[in-house]
This record gives sequence, structure tokens and C-alpha cells, in this order.
Amino acid sequence: MALTRTDSGPLFTADAANTLRLIGYLAVAIVLMVADHRGAYLSHLRYALSAAVEPMYRLAALPAQIARESRLALADRERLTEANTKLSQDLLLAQARLNRLSEVREQNQRLQELLAVQRSLDVGVQLAHIVDIDTDPNRHRLVIDAGANQGVQIGQAVLDASGIMGQVVEVLPNVSTVMLITDAAHALPVTVERTGMRAIARGIGALDTLNLPSVPISADLKVGDRLLTSGLGGHFPAGFPVGSIRQIKPDASGMFAVAAVIPSAALDRSGEVLIVHQLLDPVGPPAPIAESGPPANLSESPAHKK
Amino acid sequence: MNRSRAHFLLFWVSLFGCYLLQLMPLPQALLPLKPYWLAIVLIYWALETPEHVTLGLAFVLGLVGDVFAGELLGEQALRLCILCFILLRFRARLRFFPMWQQAMAVLALLVNDRIVLMMVRAVAGEPPPPASFWLAPLTGTLAWPWVFLLFDDLRTRLRARES
Repeated sequence: MALTRTDSGPLFTADAANTLRLIGYLAVAIVLMVADHRGAYLSHLRYALSAAVEPMYRLAALPAQIARESRLALADRERLTEANTKLSQDLLLAQARLNRLSEVREQNQRLQELLAVQRSLDVGVQLAHIVDIDTDPNRHRLVIDAGANQGVQIGQAVLDASGIMGQVVEVLPNVSTVMLITDAAHALPVTVERTGMRAIARGIGALDTLNLPSVPISADLKVGDRLLTSGLGGHFPAGFPVGSIRQIKPDASGMFAVAAVIPSAALDRSGEVLIVHQLLDPVGPPAPIAESGPPANLSESPAHKK
Repeated sequence: MNRSRAHFLLFWVSLFGCYLLQLMPLPQALLPLKPYWLAIVLIYWALETPEHVTLGLAFVLGLVGDVFAGELLGEQALRLCILCFILLRFRARLRFFPMWQQAMAVLALLVNDRIVLMMVRAVAGEPPPPASFWLAPLTGTLAWPWVFLLFDDLRTRLRARES
């Protein structure tokens, strides 16, 4: 009795053709990956396809959003009243503190004018909501609902109420992607609030920990020290809380210490974030000197003038 | 005609659902457990209706997945192509396996997929993944029988309605 095969065509030639096709596709995929790794044109493609990508993101975030909103709608009155009382108390406290601060600020302004310093602590910020999706669990990325149309640019810092969250790494028309400070590919210049010591805080891929690698053993660091952004490098505004030191231990070589830091921003919670518009006083390498000397197209310039 | 259209619809809706599931948020603790839905559903369709699933389809689905994930263009295309090739090669045998053996085969395919992914990321110069990286194939294996039964049931219903 002959068995009928569902596959069409003779067995071996089909296999050979399939293998050839596989090799072809793999080659194309590898070429695409290498080109993308070098040229990062996927973001251009995503920008062009944003009409499809963005609705998909909103759609994927919809169930979580509905769940959150229905929880809010069903939250009982007592809890809401409680929260309301607490918030108004907090507001009162914050207001009182602000009033005192405004005096200090004015004083500061006067002193700065005296010293003729241009530096200002004001930073322009923009509010954005987190689109609750995750593109890859192995990377620490957030998607927020503001993009190029809202004036977001690559490299802008993203904060929440309690500290630095990360920076914008990709911008689509109405959505952008933020790399969190805990991403294994992220590093952030910080200073220790108590001593002013500078260090680099690196993400290690865990949402509750940053590392300060290669700190001198003799450095004045204590558990509980708060870290602020130093503003060096010009990406992040100076003086925002980054985290506090949880643990200090010698590294594998024993020559340096490694400090584990708890990030102060609520990285695992969703809600609103602030995008820092631009630094009024960027700290970083000086701008390249403008070219001096005769213009390169000197011989053509009279013709242009005519 | 009607039947093939309903079937066609189910096929594409299931794949679309996979992209949504892939993007859908999970609590932080469950994130590493998220299975690669696209691969699991593609395995189902490759086993049951190989005439629909070709290497080219796997490649295109992977590219679309890459555009949504925004990581590296061609990464998922490569992974799905390899998966699809192995699957189509051994399809005749896998199809008549009992459920638990099929689930083991799915586990092997998903682990292989993770190895491919790890190699791609290593070549791209990324640090080695944490141990939780290897949990996703296990949850994928656990999900396989349910996916299989769900789609089998849906297809039987479609067939019953038409006859």
C-alpha cells in the first residue's frame, strides 16, 4: 500500500531547494543586521512606517490601560478621600517649602547677578505619558507618547518626580523610546552629594540596581550616600537625584571597589514622565571653532554674486 | 471558497494577535517568562497547514516583528527562518507525535531559537544574558498544548460550520 504524502514534489530536490532558499534568506537577514548595526537605518524605516507602528503600540497598551482605568473608576470612595486628604496636605507642605525657596531663589539670583554668572537652574520640561508596552524584556526601554511632532529629540533626558529615568534614544512622529538608566548599555555621570566625588553609574540590566564600577578603595563613600547627576557630558541636567548607595564591596581584582546603587526614580511603575527640553547651560566639550580663512569656493564666488 | 477564506482569516488574525501579545505589558516579575508567541503560532501553522507557511513568509513575519520591536532589523527574520526550516524538514514526523513529545520538540526549537538570538547579540557586542533569559522557552513549551488545542478546536468548528 502506498502512503500518500501531503508534501508536493519529490522529496530530495525539494529539500535541496529548501536548503538553498534557507541559505539565501539567512544571507539577506545577516546583511540586513550588519547594515542596521552599522547604519541604524531601522529607526528611519520605523519612522517611515510609524503610521502602522504607533497604532499597534496603542492597541497593545490598551488592555493594561483599561485595567488601570477601571481600577481607578472602581476604587472606593474612602480610599479616594484618603488619598485626596493626603495629597492636599502634601501640596500644602510643598507650597510652604516653595514659598521659602522662592525667597532663596531670589537671593540666589541677586548673588548670581553680582557674580555675573549666566547659569540657571531652570529647565524646560514637557509632560509625557508612558505607553505601557514592552518591546523586549531583556532590554530596559520605555515607550512614551510624545515624539517628533511634540518636539522630542534624541538625547533628551527623561525624569520622574523622584529622579532621572533615562534618555530618549529613538523618536517617531508621536511616540518615542527611552533607554532607562538601568539598561546594560547605559552609563550616567554622577556626583556624590555629600563629598562631590565624581563617578559613572552604569546599568547592569537589573531594574533595581545601578553599579559604580572602579571606585578607588580609599574613596569616601558610605552606604546611604545620595548620588546626583553631575551634568558632565551635557546630556543630563545637573543636580537631579539618581539614587542612593546600597552596598560597597571590593571588585574581583581587589584593587577597586564596586558600589551598588538603588535608583531613586520609580522605573518599574507607569504613569507620567518629564522630558527635559534642553539644557540652558550645557556642560561639555566646547563647540568646534568656526572655520577661518578664505572660503573653499573662492574662485566660484564672483560668479555667484552676479 | 468560504472555508478557505475563514481559514485564511484565522491564520492572519492569529499572527496579528501574536504581535500584540509580544508587545503587551506584563508585571516586572513575569517579563522574562514571556514566550515567543510568534514562533509558537508559526510552529502550529507550519505543522498543520504547511502549504501556507514558507521560508519567505517566516522571513517577512520576522521583519515585521523587527519593525515593531525596533531592535535590530533582520534579527527575528533570521530566527524565524531557521525555526521554520527545521520545522518543515521534520514536519512529517512531528505531526504524528503524541502531545508531550511534540511539546518537547517545541522546547528544542525554542531553546535553539534562544541560542541563535544569544549568538546574534554576542556578535553585536552585548553582554551575556542573565539566567532568566532561558526561562522563556520553558513557558513556551507549557503554552504549546493550549495553543495547539485552541487552534485545533477553532479549525474544527470552522469546518463543522461549513459542512
